[in-house]
Amino acid sequence: METIVAVAVAVVAVVVLRLLLTRLRRERSRRKGQAVGESAPSPPESETAVFASGESIFAAVERPPSEYAVEASHVSKSFRDKKVVDDVSFTVGWGEVLGMVGPNGAGKTTTLRMLMDIIKPDSGEIRILGEPLREEMKNRIGYLPEERGLYKKITVSDSLRYLAALKNVRGRLANERAEALLKRVNMLPHKDKKVEELSHGMGQLIQFVVTILHDPDLVVFDEPFAALDPVNTQLLKEFILELRSRGKAIVLSTHMMNQVEELCDRVLMINKGRAVLYGGLAEIKARYRNNSVFVECDRLPESLPGVVGAKSHGRYTELFLDGRASPQDVLRTLLGLNVVVERFEVSTPSLNEVFLQVVKEG
Amino acid sequence: MHKTLIVLRHEFWLAVRNRSFIILTLALPLLAFLGFGIYEGVQHWSHPAAPQEVQIGYVDQTGMFDEYTAQTGVTFVLYGTEEQAKDALLAKTIEDYLVIPSDYVTTGLITRYTLSRDVEFPAVTAGAVKDFLLSNLLAGQVSPQVLERAETPMLPVSVRLDKAGEIAPQQDIASSYFVPIIFGMLFIFSIFFSSGFLFQSVTEEKENRVMEVLLSSVSSTQLLVGKVLGLGAAGLVQIVVWLITVKVFVAVASGSIPLLGAISIPASLLGWCIVYFILGYLLFAALYAGVGSIGATAREGQGWSTIFALPAVAPLYFSYFLVTNPESALARGLTFFPLTAPVTAMVRLSIHAMSAWEIALSLAILAASVALTMWVSAKAFRVFSLMYGKRPAVREVLRYIRES
Repeated sequence: METIVAVAVAVVAVVVLRLLLTRLRRERSRRKGQAVGESAPSPPESETAVFASGESIFAAVERPPSEYAVEASHVSKSFRDKKVVDDVSFTVGWGEVLGMVGPNGAGKTTTLRMLMDIIKPDSGEIRILGEPLREEMKNRIGYLPEERGLYKKITVSDSLRYLAALKNVRGRLANERAEALLKRVNMLPHKDKKVEELSHGMGQLIQFVVTILHDPDLVVFDEPFAALDPVNTQLLKEFILELRSRGKAIVLSTHMMNQVEELCDRVLMINKGRAVLYGGLAEIKARYRNNSVFVECDRLPESLPGVVGAKSHGRYTELFLDGRASPQDVLRTLLGLNVVVERFEVSTPSLNEVFLQVVKEG
Repeated sequence: MHKTLIVLRHEFWLAVRNRSFIILTLALPLLAFLGFGIYEGVQHWSHPAAPQEVQIGYVDQTGMFDEYTAQTGVTFVLYGTEEQAKDALLAKTIEDYLVIPSDYVTTGLITRYTLSRDVEFPAVTAGAVKDFLLSNLLAGQVSPQVLERAETPMLPVSVRLDKAGEIAPQQDIASSYFVPIIFGMLFIFSIFFSSGFLFQSVTEEKENRVMEVLLSSVSSTQLLVGKVLGLGAAGLVQIVVWLITVKVFVAVASGSIPLLGAISIPASLLGWCIVYFILGYLLFAALYAGVGSIGATAREGQGWSTIFALPAVAPLYFSYFLVTNPESALARGLTFFPLTAPVTAMVRLSIHAMSAWEIALSLAILAASVALTMWVSAKAFRVFSLMYGKRPAVREVLRYIRES
């Protein structure tokens, strides 16, 4: 009995001591943070010593472990007899951004959850980094779920430390990466705040930091720009482009199709659980172009060969071609008529327009 | 470090830093010592330091009582008449006076006159009066030894034999019976309280939507096991604080509460109690985590925790039956049924009523149930942690768990 009591006392003593120490440390760092904020507007340089300016915080994927980062073939999933995902196949290559676009409720989130092995597909096969997802592979994947979530009662830096540890990034490395990323999203002054004290948008940024903190090779973003202001949207886009330039594979899901056009290399368009369109962005746009050109010039002839209609948009006019004449033919005709052409542009549809067209045709 | 350990550490520190946890942990020791303080105060106040020697007057109309006037704590003073005795009483030179009538030997009647409100003799005085009367009645008629036996006829010593007629290894059941009661109470306390924490932790993660982030890093089993063990460790810290309280309390209070001093806790019993405690805790924790993840809110959770705690508490209600009929079918059944096993086994072990095979079998069943419950709960955790808002029907629960 005496030994047990002795051991017990020791355990309790250690616990109490640790508690006091953590509290003390937090108080001190909070006070330090305030002092820095008051005396100098910019944080001291030592805080980002490890990642010198210009050097990327993300390691380059030099030798891809597999041909594709993601291979999904004929994946289906039903909930209560309703097909949510129906025979969807796609791949994601290294250094590539795949845009998964479609309206709300199309099955994007379910597809991503199946990629993450959070939901099992009813049929079909998913290979991540060349093989079916195993627990230890999760360390190389970053996932920003649509349902954002952080512990509300603990501080930003404690949250980051815990979630990084779960991805096997610990100790000094975790702290340094967290600080560097927080600095880049301008959240460093808030690191000792509890998450519940932050605004919604700030929480979003923290969540984004969590997703890329462990330098994943495959990153899956589900609606990353939802509820973000234009400045932070741009900030995140820069991050995504930087990740791509480091050879990472990226899946970007969104219902705001126009917002991601500039980011995506390839597009998987989903509607009602089915893949309605899948391919390179440029190729898709070429395939679905309206067969019209935008012309801005000093005068426009009444009729032109190969042009079946015209629609004025104010300063410029949209000319609809008959399908046999190419834009080049029209331009040649205009120049032959000595028209001063200020702008001549082959109209490419936005992803939104492509989507509407595909749905209408389907 | 294994991811389960990371979850464990996180949950542990989260729990012990929780304000309500700290308050709860310190409340019991504070209450215990506060209670003891009040008890002491009341004792002191209601029995003001009584004068060591009490003077009691008596008027003897039989002429038989003139010796042995000095008894422990009481001196008897003879008065010639009742008037004299009454004057002495009113002058407060004596506490009370007794009148022994001339027909005392046939009737046994003695009248006590007193100023105090309680008409009954205080126990100490009554003993002294009895000894005074007895000594005088028997003086010269029997030997001093017989006189002493007449005053103290019995000094009992009990020896408990086991079924084989051998002297049983443990003689005092009452004191060792105390151990399972304490453990049983602590066990029930701790599953009640930590079930609250578990529900809170699981439902909070659901409400925070943090679950999906976690599941993209760890498996649902790692998460659940880490959670249960982490909160279990926190619960253990709490129990240890309480046990130390009990130990210190017994040491401090045994001086004034004699029963507590008699408590001795055999090490082997303590060891088994700890094993049953930990396995039992894990079983209930896994059960609660599973229920919590299926979609019960924290409030519904309290209802569930009461339902599950009933079988844990039941053996305490039956404890008298268990002690008197430790070999009965009911006692055996309760030992093997996992939800009642911990407390039942603690009670039966304390009276050495469990054979080795019974211990082995009940522990095996308990451990298997822990593993099974953990497994099912992890499944439920995985399936239902992403379902927000709606609570599934029982049939759906079963189907999803089978399918996942």
